[in-house]
Amino acid sequence: MGPGTGAACAITLNSALTPEQQRIYQDPLVIQRLIRDTRTVAIVGLSSDPQRASWFVASYLKKEGYRIIPVNPKADRILGEKAYRDLAAIPGAVDMVDVFRPAAECLEIARQAVAIKAKSLWLQLKLVNIEAAEYAAKSGLTVVLDRCVKMEHARYFGRLHWAGMNTEIISARKARLA
Amino acid sequence: MQDGPNLPLLCPGKVVPSPRVSKDADPRRFGFETRMVHAGHIPDAVTGARAVPIYQTTSFVFDDTEQAAQLFELKQYGNIYSRISNPTTAVLEERLASLEGATGGLATASGMAAQLVTFLALLQPGDEIVASSQLYGGSITQLVHTLRKFSIGVRFVDPSNLGEWEAAITPKVKALYGETIGNPRGAVLDIARVAALASANGMPLIVDSTMATPALCRPIEHGATIVVHSATKFIGGHGTALGGVLLDSGKFDFSRYPSIAAPSPAYHDLRFYDTFGHYGFLMKARAETLRDTGACLSPFNAFLLIQGLETLSLRMERQSASALQVARFLEGHPAVAWVAYAGLPSHPDHSLAARYLPKGAGAVFSFGLKAASGEEGRAAGRKFIEALQLFSHLANIGDVRSLVIHPASTTHQQLTDEELAKGGVSPELIRLSIGLENVEDLLWDLEQALPAP
Repeated sequence: MGPGTGAACAITLNSALTPEQQRIYQDPLVIQRLIRDTRTVAIVGLSSDPQRASWFVASYLKKEGYRIIPVNPKADRILGEKAYRDLAAIPGAVDMVDVFRPAAECLEIARQAVAIKAKSLWLQLKLVNIEAAEYAAKSGLTVVLDRCVKMEHARYFGRLHWAGMNTEIISARKARLA
Repeated sequence: MQDGPNLPLLCPGKVVPSPRVSKDADPRRFGFETRMVHAGHIPDAVTGARAVPIYQTTSFVFDDTEQAAQLFELKQYGNIYSRISNPTTAVLEERLASLEGATGGLATASGMAAQLVTFLALLQPGDEIVASSQLYGGSITQLVHTLRKFSIGVRFVDPSNLGEWEAAITPKVKALYGETIGNPRGAVLDIARVAALASANGMPLIVDSTMATPALCRPIEHGATIVVHSATKFIGGHGTALGGVLLDSGKFDFSRYPSIAAPSPAYHDLRFYDTFGHYGFLMKARAETLRDTGACLSPFNAFLLIQGLETLSLRMERQSASALQVARFLEGHPAVAWVAYAGLPSHPDHSLAARYLPKGAGAVFSFGLKAASGEEGRAAGRKFIEALQLFSHLANIGDVRSLVIHPASTTHQQLTDEELAKGGVSPELIRLSIGLENVEDLLWDLEQALPAP
């Protein structure tokens, strides 16, 4: 079944970060707030190959009702959405910048995310660039590192549990309806 | 979709977290006993049912055709058919993953199925496994005979001899395999050293931890990659349901394992490791191997195993303490030649037990009657077993009732003399599994059944 409080317990598994970095960049309360408040997600490095991880994440988020904006200079449309060559080319406001590019590119992506006034910067699983994270955080963005948006959404909506995964959520409180 | 994400409405599967009580408190790391009764189950938003409900259903209705397609493509997590996943079974899986410190779990029809699914998910034809010779007899036959049909080979080594493990590793070897506490001689695996050897060779250590359970030892904390259990034994404890589980630490790099990392022809060229990261092995084992072998756990059995799991640490501590008392009694008995219990200082692995099993060396051990060689020995063993009043004579371990068996003629019967000798199963060996009875009553029963000195 789905989660109860969730945020009361530590979510610690599968991270390359130190415990201190986890406290800053993987706070379960912050992640839950992002999942609930975000509407528009620009996905930098979204592949047009339906069997790539980025495509899995994007199709999941789209199905969950988020507006996804592909950022990929080699594609015109992905998942039925117009693709942009970079973040600066996106005409409207962006809530979250979700990144599927190598760590070395992340500082430049963080600069662009700050420039377009995105509210959050999220580097996907195994992606860690502390310089980019600190730059974005200093500019007021909420930053998450080394986590997957799809896995985190599924963690708090009970679906990761259905797949037999360890959500680390422990609670005796009745799950709440929105 | 201008109104934003689908926020959950009146569907128990789609729920949002309640707010945390104190925003200042650091996130809490809950203890083992707490997770034993809570992990993997949140009372659902509609009924609030406190006990885990039994979802006794084969199949699950889709939201719409698009969702159905996404589920089949693994682009959504969700339930399709109980051969692949089931909400009751998921509680058992997540709870055991939490207790072992694993990233996730997959329940199967039995412990043997858990092993087989692990090997078939991980290995390719031509691969080999190096395994401890001190294994449950059924595991040895599965490794030697059934895996051979898939062109997967096995080499057995003395688990206490690291040099033998090392020497057996060839380019074909893709995994190491052992039992936390060997069946039936109680050999304790030096998990950290064997895991370090596996890691140095870029391969996973798979540990069958049935005899220890996570209440006594958590192999992942010592470096193991995959843990398998026969949940039929101590996890259930009540002897009512068969089941198994495999658990992955989520820390192993599977990128050199084609079965997990290469495009899968059985799943539209999906690369499980690339797409699902630390869930890659388990997603492969579930979506392909369990799907194709059909060795799934019934939801009702999952429910029964969950009932047992809730008291696991209490039972393991008491049963281990009683086992130590019984082992001491037997060691001092004039009719007994030897006792093989790692909790006793006389056992060669006693110091390993102190390190890996500080809360108790488990509740299963073996002993031999004196002057019991050849046909005379077998007759003495038969007479002893038939004189017992409280020990149940059957082929199982880990029940709350005490159990007794003569492995050479039963559980290990299909092994050759050489395999028996390598596994330490001598003809006079009698195996006990100590339950929750009053320990004085157990000692009384053994005393009256043992030959008079």
